[in-house]
Amino acid sequence: MLLASALLAALAVLLAVPVPIVLARAEWPRRAPATALLLWQAIALSGGLSMVGSLATFGLAPFGDDLIHAAARFLEVVSTEQTVPTADVWPTLAVGAAALLVAHLVLNLAVTVVVSTRERRRHRDLVALLSAPDPERPGTRLLDDPAPLAYCLPGVGALPMTVLSQGLLELLGDEELRAVVAHERAHLAQRHAWMTTAFRAWRLSLPWFPIASRARSSVATLVEYLADDTARAAVGAEPLARAIALVGGHDTTGPMETRDADRSAILDRVRRVGLAPLPLAPRILIGVVAAALVVVPTVLLLVPALLDL
Amino acid sequence: MAALGELERSVMDQLWSTPTGLTAYDLVDLLPADPGGKRLAPTTVLTVLSRLEKKGFVTRERSTRPHRYTAVASRADHAAELMRDVLDGADDRVAVLERFVGQVSPAEADALRELLLGRVRDAS
Repeated sequence: MLLASALLAALAVLLAVPVPIVLARAEWPRRAPATALLLWQAIALSGGLSMVGSLATFGLAPFGDDLIHAAARFLEVVSTEQTVPTADVWPTLAVGAAALLVAHLVLNLAVTVVVSTRERRRHRDLVALLSAPDPERPGTRLLDDPAPLAYCLPGVGALPMTVLSQGLLELLGDEELRAVVAHERAHLAQRHAWMTTAFRAWRLSLPWFPIASRARSSVATLVEYLADDTARAAVGAEPLARAIALVGGHDTTGPMETRDADRSAILDRVRRVGLAPLPLAPRILIGVVAAALVVVPTVLLLVPALLDL
Repeated sequence: MAALGELERSVMDQLWSTPTGLTAYDLVDLLPADPGGKRLAPTTVLTVLSRLEKKGFVTRERSTRPHRYTAVASRADHAAELMRDVLDGADDRVAVLERFVGQVSPAEADALRELLLGRVRDAS
């Protein structure tokens, strides 16, 4: 149990700081966004599991030789004696910390999902009142605004919606416009909003750790790459690159405060359009690494129990 | 569903242009009849108004009869609220929209324009 706890703690530390820093700087995700997205999900899952797991196994070690029996014994002690043995203060603290961490993560996710859903519904109501349906494109609304804007709203209990502005229609030609619409539809079809919302909650839960902050910004970029790839397949590389550069290069009105992550993100997207995808073999290898990341902490948590049976 | 949405939009347009408020019967008179020349039923207008009230766009003056409905805020206020949602993507707590291309710095906008000029030159 204590060995498993130490190994899980080591994994948790590795995944919390150095691994996300290295991955966020890597070049290959530009050429394999889907694989990179899978890897970030595996890192988040494995990181969360090993953080909670190392605390829980350390805290429950005095109660049994494996996690399942120890947890059962712990619950029995708590429910019958109403007190936790106070002989060792550290294990008790560790169990408390594990429970708090789980509650913190779950609550943050729940609050983020509820708030996002409410904000999106309000925004959808506003769009419905302030925009006209696009006569040429089904599921699309036209906003009467001079700034070139395009975004999508996932449908939660309603139809998904793409919103384009009058300024965008004036700025772009037919082909570029098709690229933008294909990009937004890819976000909707591939359910990217779920991914970005989950990682937003993850970052709000652990704001000081690269495992969450780097993951959040990388995932936001990767879903843009994925939507760009779908748009490129639909209309070709040139119109897509022109669309990104035209919208990005347009004089934007409004607050000019820029996110750090945005600083070179758009130039990077234009340049990326011409890149060839990563070959299959390295992508499979990365997929195997992602699977191993999830399997290893699971095995460390369960194997002592399995051996005992 | 979509038809009801468009009806909500027409009702709000009328309420926005009459800040003193309107009754459901005023709206029946103001809203265009369908191509067959049939006017909207007052119950339909009342349904639309109660939906808008639930969404927080309309308030009802209950002291008069028939009830008088007014817009909670002007069209410009709501348009500003919508644009805030679209442009303020920086705060993780409220960022729920991802634009095709987010806010760029002036330097980056320049670099993008140069890139475009380069592409045009390459093509010609």
